[in-house]
Amino acid sequence: MNDAVMTSPIAAASPRTSAWSRGFAHFRYVMTSNPVTFLAFVMLAAMIAVAVFGPSLVPHDPLATAADKALKPPTWQHWFGTDQLGRDVFSRVVVATRLDLLISVSAVALSFVCGALMGACAGYWGGWFDKLSGRMLDTIMAFPLFVLAMGIVAAAGNTIQNIVIATAIINLPFYARVARAEVSIRRNAGYVQAARLSGNSELRILIAKILPNTLPPMMVQLSLNMGWAILNAAGLSFIGLGVRPPTAEWGIMVAEGANYIVSGEWWLALFPGAALMLAVFTFNLLGDGLRDLVDPQRRT
Amino acid sequence: MGQLAIIFARVLQAIPTLIGIIIVTFLLTRALPGDPAAYFAGAAATPESIAEIRANLGLDQPLPVQFLKYVQDLGTGNLGQSVSTGQPVATELLRRLPASLELTLTALLLSVAVAIPLGVLAAVRQDTWIDQLCRFVVTAGVSLPTFFTGLLLVYVFYFLLGVAPAPLGRLDLMHIAPPQITGFLVFDSLIAREWGTAWSAAKQLLLPSITLALFTLAPIARMTRASMLQALSSEYLRTARAAGLSRGRVLMVYAFRNALLPVVTTLGMVFSFTLGANVLVEKVFAWPGIGSFAIEALVVSDYAAVQGFVLSMAVLFVVLNLFIDTLYTLIDPRVQVDG
Repeated sequence: MNDAVMTSPIAAASPRTSAWSRGFAHFRYVMTSNPVTFLAFVMLAAMIAVAVFGPSLVPHDPLATAADKALKPPTWQHWFGTDQLGRDVFSRVVVATRLDLLISVSAVALSFVCGALMGACAGYWGGWFDKLSGRMLDTIMAFPLFVLAMGIVAAAGNTIQNIVIATAIINLPFYARVARAEVSIRRNAGYVQAARLSGNSELRILIAKILPNTLPPMMVQLSLNMGWAILNAAGLSFIGLGVRPPTAEWGIMVAEGANYIVSGEWWLALFPGAALMLAVFTFNLLGDGLRDLVDPQRRT
Repeated sequence: MGQLAIIFARVLQAIPTLIGIIIVTFLLTRALPGDPAAYFAGAAATPESIAEIRANLGLDQPLPVQFLKYVQDLGTGNLGQSVSTGQPVATELLRRLPASLELTLTALLLSVAVAIPLGVLAAVRQDTWIDQLCRFVVTAGVSLPTFFTGLLLVYVFYFLLGVAPAPLGRLDLMHIAPPQITGFLVFDSLIAREWGTAWSAAKQLLLPSITLALFTLAPIARMTRASMLQALSSEYLRTARAAGLSRGRVLMVYAFRNALLPVVTTLGMVFSFTLGANVLVEKVFAWPGIGSFAIEALVVSDYAAVQGFVLSMAVLFVVLNLFIDTLYTLIDPRVQVDG
């Protein structure tokens, strides 16, 4: 069922066109079938653009302090106001995009690769490795995941690198389970047996024949997971782990702004929080859209 | 197999999980950056005093021996000494646990009370405004960072409207805490007939539990809607309708009761999120629970306290899941233990 998605109706209708234009047709089909998915894709593109070009376009230095301009509400000069040290909140929110995306993308990429390999081996060969990895994943899932991430960062040391590793570890079970399930149902599929009969090695079958076919459900998992990974990483820095001041990062900016919200300086926490929310929202919309496309039955 | 036997078998299944949790927390305590003995000895340590502390802590022993010692300590309820407060970690955690439980349970009750009717209504009136509302709440709920929602609520209800008390713990300074019986302040003050205190404690509890509830609302409402839709399109429901049963009976008895089962299983995942989000909410509202304790311990690198916190949260999570499974066995007679 999932394999059918690889060739969309439009692409299937014109089999002789080049791979590139078929890819484009499929992309157009994905985007036009649901306007919300299209919107999410535009938002994602905008976010990536901000992450790439933002730091060179911001109107103020995100680290420059100015005691005489501290805690000023939004004005034309400072769109999002200034913080307790007189730094421009707008510039800080924009600059933080790169770091926040970098942390969550590398964490998710790490757990995607490790999880896919682990799950694929477990699903293809089964046996002791399957049992061992299954037991390991169960143990990870037995912890409240955010709490486990706190424990890992506390034990391994309070650095950004460890935030990435901790986020990757708590996301690992999701990818490994999807990969295992998808590989094990294809282990003896017709095309796999054909590949085996024509003399391909087992490793080659797994990597070249089965894994590409498990990619659509894995991509959906990826995009659904991404928002959660951003929330987790921001949560960790909100409680003071990983990123240290004065670095601009959404979680830590909300944490700093929290001290001023009871006295009415709302802009310090609102703007970075809203940016965080928008990022998570984008990935959730994208994930939902892709999921509906790949697996219409699980649509809720 | 009788239901009791099934429940007993389920309890046995939790044992390997517990062993896994203990191994992981043990490895985490031994993975401390640098030399734990040098850390515990402090800044003014000599090589001799570090060696002495290493021998005292048993760190000069091989790893399996250290593990046995760790398990022995756990068996006697010893989670080590908190460096920042000087008290045993277990005592500190137990003292703060009621505050966290009060917050978590209130939030869960609140979110179940809103999410289940919302999910049911959204499914029954599919594609109407209430369905759209449900979809909006679900998408917003999973996108909102808990700590951010909490701050927004504080700004609106404390600073702008002035209806909520300051986000500073469980009880404002005007009131004296009632004698501890259940550990839940609202109940304790009701038992002690301190109506003013009970009202004040309830007001303090309201915003943090709404914050936490907003976060857990989404998965429950989503699951309720999905499983209710599935039940509504089933053949037994068509039969029930065809047999001329009343609409209320069809919905509540035939559809709702069957739809509830998948919802109960999602509660396990919801607990995992809640226990994590609890830490963030406690920080925002200065709630004196075990989450705040863990954050304070993290800031001053009090490792024994953090690992004790991780271990106790994991055990709490296992117990909650066991409870859910037991409940599931009781409401669904078809459940069999697998493997």
